[in-house]
Amino acid sequence: MIEFQDLRETTPERLLGEVQEMRNSGYRLVQIGATRTEGFEINYSFDRNLAFVNLKIRLADNDQVIPSITDVYWSAFLYENELHDLFGLQIRNINIDYQGNFYKVTRPAAFAERPVVAPRPKRTVKPAADTEDREK
Amino acid sequence: MTKRTIIPFGPQHPVLPEPIHLDLVVEDETVVEAIPSIGFIHRGLEKLVEKRDFQEFVYVAERICGICSFIHGMTYCHGVEQLMKIEVPARAHYLRTVWSELSRIHSHLLWLGLTADAFGFESLFMHSWRLREKVLDIIEATTGGRVIFGSCKIGGVRRDIENAELKAIAARLQDYAKEYKELGDVFLNDLTVKRRLCGVGTLSGADALQLGAVGPMLRASGVAQDMRLLKYAAYGEIAFAPITASEGDSYARCAVRIGEIFQSVDIIRQCSEKIPAGAIETKVVGFPDGEFYARTEQPRGEVIYYVKANGTKNLERLRVRTPTFANIPAMLKVMPGIQLADVPVLVLTIDPCISCTER
Amino acid sequence: MPVFTISGMILRSLFGRPATRMYPAVRRDDLKGSRGHIEIAIDDCVFCGLCQRKCPTEALAVDRNAKLWEINRLRCISCNCCCEVCPKKCLSMAGGYSAAVSSPAEAEKHHA
Repeated sequence: MIEFQDLRETTPERLLGEVQEMRNSGYRLVQIGATRTEGFEINYSFDRNLAFVNLKIRLADNDQVIPSITDVYWSAFLYENELHDLFGLQIRNINIDYQGNFYKVTRPAAFAERPVVAPRPKRTVKPAADTEDREK
Repeated sequence: MTKRTIIPFGPQHPVLPEPIHLDLVVEDETVVEAIPSIGFIHRGLEKLVEKRDFQEFVYVAERICGICSFIHGMTYCHGVEQLMKIEVPARAHYLRTVWSELSRIHSHLLWLGLTADAFGFESLFMHSWRLREKVLDIIEATTGGRVIFGSCKIGGVRRDIENAELKAIAARLQDYAKEYKELGDVFLNDLTVKRRLCGVGTLSGADALQLGAVGPMLRASGVAQDMRLLKYAAYGEIAFAPITASEGDSYARCAVRIGEIFQSVDIIRQCSEKIPAGAIETKVVGFPDGEFYARTEQPRGEVIYYVKANGTKNLERLRVRTPTFANIPAMLKVMPGIQLADVPVLVLTIDPCISCTER
Repeated sequence: MPVFTISGMILRSLFGRPATRMYPAVRRDDLKGSRGHIEIAIDDCVFCGLCQRKCPTEALAVDRNAKLWEINRLRCISCNCCCEVCPKKCLSMAGGYSAAVSSPAEAEKHHA
């Protein structure tokens, strides 16, 4: 029922070439997003007439510098600044570079921290009783 | 060489529904450049998936935005259901469609009011919102909440609307449509309104596509792209066509949104006639695994939810890209060359929903 | 002087009934199905704690030994999940918003 989604993988070196091909074929940029896995995954999504293509690059660490695609797609600067502020990813040659001041976060690169699944805090109920199992 | 001044616009400004900051570089009264600054209401909701399990997260997803809240919840449910291969019953699909279209009507009426306020026509603003109240009453009667519906869940919907009530709602909306026509006529035919909207912020179709514009911003420049054509929910069985305009200025965007109000009334009428009987939810077992990009059409444009799960009860990653985030570059590109007094109209013309943008 | 297109609407609102009501003197009747606040029939409650586990905002606390059920009204979002999972069906949604308080509330306690 839902459209076929073409999910492809590429490398940071081939990224600019493939993005330029997308532009030449008439695709528009949909979003750029990152995920913290063992390293990082960055997804570049494109769309043309409801056909969806996604390019994914994997990085081991956020020290590796990746090229910006703002020369190809002018609107990418918002996404790339957000990636820098939330994940600490280094992207060079962004056309409008806020240099870390895009989102004024108190903890830089907060999303790059590993998720900590904290146990649900115990609600104190008078009289304090330990009979209720409150952890899911 | 005329002197350039930098005027800060926002984050506190009477026309803005939510805070956004623009540094406007002006020469005399003409804007030369605009540099945006967002992040005033960044809540980090995407990180909350680590703490709330995937079924509870619907409540958080709904609260990302107040205006387009139902469609956020529905897109999230749609994404997780595609990952888990859950078959949502047909009646639930129709109910979701009805609520999405009600959401669209109230959002566009809200936008009409805010745009009227942006060019100073406050009585028109109040009339638009007076008409919006009647839609909010319908929504409250069917879901329990005026703004945050709380009616979508993974596997279906939580409340039912009986067929007789649905037909009554569709009939009432046909009556309201006469008032919407009267309101739309003021926006489209009034001399003073046209002076403020026509020719302001023209964007060509090719530019709009390359800048990544979505929704009415794109459709008003002639490109007929509407994510409802992806046939999620019940849109595969409803007859409708994306509404476009060709001039690409603020007047065209206004006309597209007014046209979509009538289109939504018609879609609800079709749903009330075609809705099948049956269950409204499916039981959910197991945990999601894999990744999926769910795309739906909010009143402002295309929203995309990237859902990634790894077989546990918490999702690994949820990435939301809302339509206003995609329309901001288009807004920045139409700013150069306009007068300072037209800046509020252009900021409103993308229908900014900054709380969505920053999650 | 041109006649403005909005003249019809303006004249009607000038000479017709106002669209607003004089709240709080005149209140609107709650629509059937409006969300309001959670009420409990405490005598039927078995203190199983299912509602507490299901609450997405952690607004409920249940103590089986002390036979105590408490709700933090300010955290409750009236989502109705607790009412749906209660095996004894002793929870229900009643109309009317929870009253405003002047300091962060202590939880509201119900003893069996």
